[in-house]
Amino acid sequence: MSTEHHVTPLRVYFTVFALLLGLTFLTWWVATIDLGAWNTTIAISVAMTKVMLVVLWFMHVKYSNKLIWFFAAAGVYWLVLLFGFVMTDYLTRLPVTGWGG
Amino acid sequence: MTAASKQHASTKESNYLTAGYGVRSWLLTVDHKRIALLYLISLTTFFSVGGLFAVLIRLELLTPQGDLFQSETYNKLFTMHGIFMVFFFLVPSIPAVLGNFFLPLMIGARDVAFPKLNLLSWYVYAAGGLVTLFAMFAGGVDTGWTFYAPYSSTYANSHVILAALGIFITGFSSILTGVNFIATTHRMRAPGLTWMRLPLFVWANYATSLIMVLGTPVIAVTILLVAIERLLHVGIFDPALGGDPILFQHLFWFYSHPAVYIMILPGMGVMSEIVACFTRKRIFGYKIVAMSSLAIAILGFLVWGHHMFVSGQSMYAGFVFSLLSMLVAVPSAIKVFNWTATMYRGSITFATPMLYALGFIGLFTIGGLTGIFLAAMALDIHVHDTYFVVAHFHYVMVGGMVMAYLGGLHFYWPKMFGRMYHEGLAKVAAVMIFIGFNLTFFPQFLLGYLGMPRRYHVYDEDFQVLNVLSTAGASVLGLGFALPICYLIFSLKFGKKVGDNPWDAAGLEWTISSPPYEHNFHEIPEVTEEAYDYGKREAARV
Repeated sequence: MSTEHHVTPLRVYFTVFALLLGLTFLTWWVATIDLGAWNTTIAISVAMTKVMLVVLWFMHVKYSNKLIWFFAAAGVYWLVLLFGFVMTDYLTRLPVTGWGG
Repeated sequence: MTAASKQHASTKESNYLTAGYGVRSWLLTVDHKRIALLYLISLTTFFSVGGLFAVLIRLELLTPQGDLFQSETYNKLFTMHGIFMVFFFLVPSIPAVLGNFFLPLMIGARDVAFPKLNLLSWYVYAAGGLVTLFAMFAGGVDTGWTFYAPYSSTYANSHVILAALGIFITGFSSILTGVNFIATTHRMRAPGLTWMRLPLFVWANYATSLIMVLGTPVIAVTILLVAIERLLHVGIFDPALGGDPILFQHLFWFYSHPAVYIMILPGMGVMSEIVACFTRKRIFGYKIVAMSSLAIAILGFLVWGHHMFVSGQSMYAGFVFSLLSMLVAVPSAIKVFNWTATMYRGSITFATPMLYALGFIGLFTIGGLTGIFLAAMALDIHVHDTYFVVAHFHYVMVGGMVMAYLGGLHFYWPKMFGRMYHEGLAKVAAVMIFIGFNLTFFPQFLLGYLGMPRRYHVYDEDFQVLNVLSTAGASVLGLGFALPICYLIFSLKFGKKVGDNPWDAAGLEWTISSPPYEHNFHEIPEVTEEAYDYGKREAARV
């Protein structure tokens, strides 16, 4: 599989574009409903889905060689590192008892 | 390494300097060598601006009172010094100048993978620099180069957005250079030039490029979030708006600690080239030195929390970051040990580049070891935000990176311009820089350990002697930096002409003419031997 020779039909781009618009609408709609902690989970899930659509089709990673896949995966992995290590802080903080408490 | 097909110099053929004349031929060039020179000129300008701020800081600190500047002005001085030195000199310096010039030559390529992108990266860099210069002339910024929120996002009364915009723009230049180097290294190596035959300078720049591509977007997003909070009052970092200031520090240091390795890794690459050449030996443990560059690039991303031990970060997270910070010292130490082992029983020549390399080994070791002090949580609480930290990072950044940059510039100068500088003056400058540097920054370790905080221009009278010593050292250091600018420019016109390989160095870059032709190689060379094959050269000489 080589990037140079793959021609993506226009209808694929338009379909992905429509999906992105739909997911943007979904993000807005979910934000108007109080789902507690699920609001964040859904928002991040929708965002990640949109990222995948852009990376795979708009950026042609779907049709690229393994090296490109490796670098794209590295980007995602680094994002996981950022979130993961930040959470090691947030999830293990001692409760704040106030000054002198 | 020797090429199967040697490139023969022809004095009649035009080189990259004479291939075109006029401003237009320079500003629209896509030749990686000319772009490197454009970077060299702009970087030297920003280094001088940053240096000017350092002069003013050291003058103010001669006395314990605030004689020259108000507190606010002093805040702006150290902020602008940090911004120009970090973002506009240290980060791009070796990759943009020596990397741009020599990476394609070292791998037997006629240019980088994306020449137009390369030129764009310089324009983006220049645009970012001009915006930051404008911020400086408009009144400057006083947040410190770290832009800590919520001060930067809510309370600072200076040109935060403008200065941050300059850094934001320049970040794209880093990304473009990183992408270019990664693609060039993967796709444009000469036949036979396998990964394990690559010069260590290429390995170091490759590892650096990975950090640039993976880390720079995070600082760009962080700057954007500061702007959103400052302009639109959306609560992200400011607790008064429902934000979390420690989140800023996480995001900032996720980029800015690996950025330390963006700054030092290419310097380590230069070191390997110089040490191998001037000891006439293959680098001891080539493979482990190459792999240690990748290890530094990866592990360097997992240690940022050691900047935040006193921030309110969870102590358990602090423990993990402390442990990982100790680990990242291992690949750095491997390099230092292996350079030293390379020198053992080597045929050492003390030419100017080697003097800088020896300086690097000593100073970087002190900088690295004091980094271990700071990675230890209990000790860090004592010396956090003191001059100990200032001394530590200057030992790494100036003692390490700037020494390597100057060493590399002196090593490659005859290849870049076909003329040699005055060796005697160059040695004097190298010694002046070494002495001046130590006199400037060693007293700062003592000041920090004794408790003098950084970022204050008024201090206790007990600290004055050490501060006077530091300012005296800075004067010597400043003269030491000015000297190469003079004799290197002088050498362009009056320097002695040299042959293609004045150091008798190994590597494809030394097989072509000095200065190189516009397209580097008439025929793409075929590589049949390992890097740094000095053993064979010496045997042939005997």
